[in-house]
Amino acid sequence: MSKTYFDETHCAIGHPKSTFMQWMLTVDHKRIGLMYAAVMFTFFFIAVATAFLMRLELYAPGAQFIDGDTFNQAFTLHGVIMIFLFIVPGIPAIFGNIVMPLMIGAKDVSFPRLNWFTFWLYILGCIIAVASLWVGNGFADTGWTFYAPYSLNTGTNVIFTLVAAFILGMASILTGLNFLVTIHRLRAPGMTFFKMPLFVWGIYSTAWIQLLATPVVGITLILAILEKYFGIGIFDPAKGGDPVLFEHLFWIYSHPAVYLMILPAFGIMSEIIPVFSRREIFGYRTIALSSASIAGIGYLVWGHHLYTSGMADIAKVVFSFLTFFVAVPTGIKFYDWIATMYKGKIVLSTPMLWALGTIITFAIGGLTGVTIAMVGVDIHLQDTYYTVAHFHYAMLGGVVFLLFAGMHYWFPLVTGKMYNETKAKMAFGLVFVGFNVLWFPMFIAGYLGMPRRYFDYLPEFQIYHQISFWGAVIFIIGLVSMFTVLIQGWRKGKDAGLNPWHATTLEWHMPTSPPPLENHAKVPYVDFRPYEYHHGEPVVKFDLQTMKRID
Amino acid sequence: MAHAYVPEIATDRDGNEHEVQGWQDDLYGAKLGFWLFMFTEVLMFGAMFLSLSYYFTLHHQDFIDASATLNRLLGGTNTVILLFSALTMGLGLLKMKHGDIKGAKLMIWATILLALVFLGIKAVEWTAEYHHGVFLGLPALQPGSDLSKPLGQILFFGMYFTMTGIHGFHIILGIGIMLWLLKRINSGKVSPKHYILHFNIALYWDLVHLIWVFVFPYFYMIGAGDVAGGIVHGH
Repeated sequence: MSKTYFDETHCAIGHPKSTFMQWMLTVDHKRIGLMYAAVMFTFFFIAVATAFLMRLELYAPGAQFIDGDTFNQAFTLHGVIMIFLFIVPGIPAIFGNIVMPLMIGAKDVSFPRLNWFTFWLYILGCIIAVASLWVGNGFADTGWTFYAPYSLNTGTNVIFTLVAAFILGMASILTGLNFLVTIHRLRAPGMTFFKMPLFVWGIYSTAWIQLLATPVVGITLILAILEKYFGIGIFDPAKGGDPVLFEHLFWIYSHPAVYLMILPAFGIMSEIIPVFSRREIFGYRTIALSSASIAGIGYLVWGHHLYTSGMADIAKVVFSFLTFFVAVPTGIKFYDWIATMYKGKIVLSTPMLWALGTIITFAIGGLTGVTIAMVGVDIHLQDTYYTVAHFHYAMLGGVVFLLFAGMHYWFPLVTGKMYNETKAKMAFGLVFVGFNVLWFPMFIAGYLGMPRRYFDYLPEFQIYHQISFWGAVIFIIGLVSMFTVLIQGWRKGKDAGLNPWHATTLEWHMPTSPPPLENHAKVPYVDFRPYEYHHGEPVVKFDLQTMKRID
Repeated sequence: MAHAYVPEIATDRDGNEHEVQGWQDDLYGAKLGFWLFMFTEVLMFGAMFLSLSYYFTLHHQDFIDASATLNRLLGGTNTVILLFSALTMGLGLLKMKHGDIKGAKLMIWATILLALVFLGIKAVEWTAEYHHGVFLGLPALQPGSDLSKPLGQILFFGMYFTMTGIHGFHIILGIGIMLWLLKRINSGKVSPKHYILHFNIALYWDLVHLIWVFVFPYFYMIGAGDVAGGIVHGH
């Protein structure tokens, strides 16, 4: 029995004997990725519970369980955790860490100790973010966007949340930096940029956004902190500042940040679709370059959050046009994925089901995004449930669904075990149905005028809130059963074998399952494209001990 | 590293051997990583300069009036000092590359000394401003009292203390990492063959001085033209 990465590790400081300390000090990218996953999903469930609390409160008009101020704190907590603790770091920190170095044939990331430090920076950020639930004057009630001047004047603990968001931003920057250098420096010999798997392209584009957008929001939060606690005037109009400047600076980061979330998710989709269609991906280069161009164009669209802030008409038109434009590379990807499936040998395993489900939900999320990119329509729909529904279809139905898809896809790689496929598919069904029942009515409610972040509503909206509530119930049952299936799979599942999905990329060519400490037995020479299939069988075969091609 | 790192060899199908780049001993990767980090610094200050220039258009005259009260002599001296410190830092790196460890250490100490002088002058400036009632939290910079300055000036001074403060923080950090660098040189971990840490700290120091080169005109010089008769000493 050869050793896997669960049996031995390198540490940042010394060589501790205890298993616990070995995990705490590990620099192994796979272990760090796993720890990220554990922490993130814990917070994910806290935020889901907060959301469910809000749904429960909104089941009927008027106050039932919580008062309005608590409601404000609840949606802030939900947003802060979901955005800053879960979805922004999410896929890069989990699968970027675990899988990306394996895909390019590297032994680890470029700066393993920085990676370890980044993880603990992230933990520090998490602690500060949630600490204000118990310390001081209560959790922030500003919404996750911290708009000035309210965030500067509210009596709640905004400073904790601001500091936490800054620290988490730094962790995000350092992760991106680490991955950029890794992808530039540590690709196996022969692997040019256009021989990289598409998930690596997604991570690469994301890393640039992490690096170039996050500092802007970082300094904006610092300015807000200084303004709040040293009384200097920067954003507060009472001191001559301009609160809309805060909004601009905030969205210069936070809009690219949604592409930061979705690009690695698209990368996961681009891995799953060819593997389960047993067919080489259609339009490899267009997918790769569309990731890069989404990252680029995504920088120039932030103004569409500010149509109602009184900006110049010409600016609105330009931002509107650019926002339409960013949908083009996304559309290209969708057609490429569907064209890949055409005439393929489609295998409907759980990861593929998640990917196919996402094609539907993200198409809805994406297209409704185009409608609110139109200036006129947005004036009507700004800050309504329509926007909320759009956002959740894109983020939950896009990013998180693909994160789950990746979880099912790489589960045998990470754990060496296989989950129960039948039960996993049933869990997918529950989540998918619950998701649509939960969010689709919000499009209608929002169109009819239900504003977001409101604690109370007119009786005519009750039916939509009630349908949403029952959707949320199904959705949460689905989530819980999905995680139960995975945990049971890890504990009692059958051994998965080295390459259960007949995939072609390098992470599936490990000498042991799960992988050993320093990954591949030997670094291979890469003279092939990432997804080569012939008659439904992978073309490239390796001797897993010498990593020489034997096909 | 306890033992020398030997890179792995990958063999292609024709039997040609290719050296594998590991994360160990990657001079180029370390440079690339630090350049990327410098990018983030540029963006951080870039966002502040953006805000500053926006408010300059909004409160034009107030900014010029406020700028006229700053002490250009001290600010200018500090600019020269930082330029010199960039020179000593660069010379130190060259000496390190050429094997002159003693000379390199001397140059790092010189840089630290200049940085301390910079901070000292900065402290003199801030103290003088404090005695004139212009400081964070004092009534002159809060709206709504008799002592209050015009809103544009409040903004100007707010940004002034913020940006010179954050810049000063970078100077302090720089002194810290230079002391750390000296320690690493003394223990032989930074040497003419492994000077990447020295290289990156020199890069950092260049950026810190470069930012000051933009901070100085934007705060001290925009008001200079309005003052008749050349130099007027603020305060």
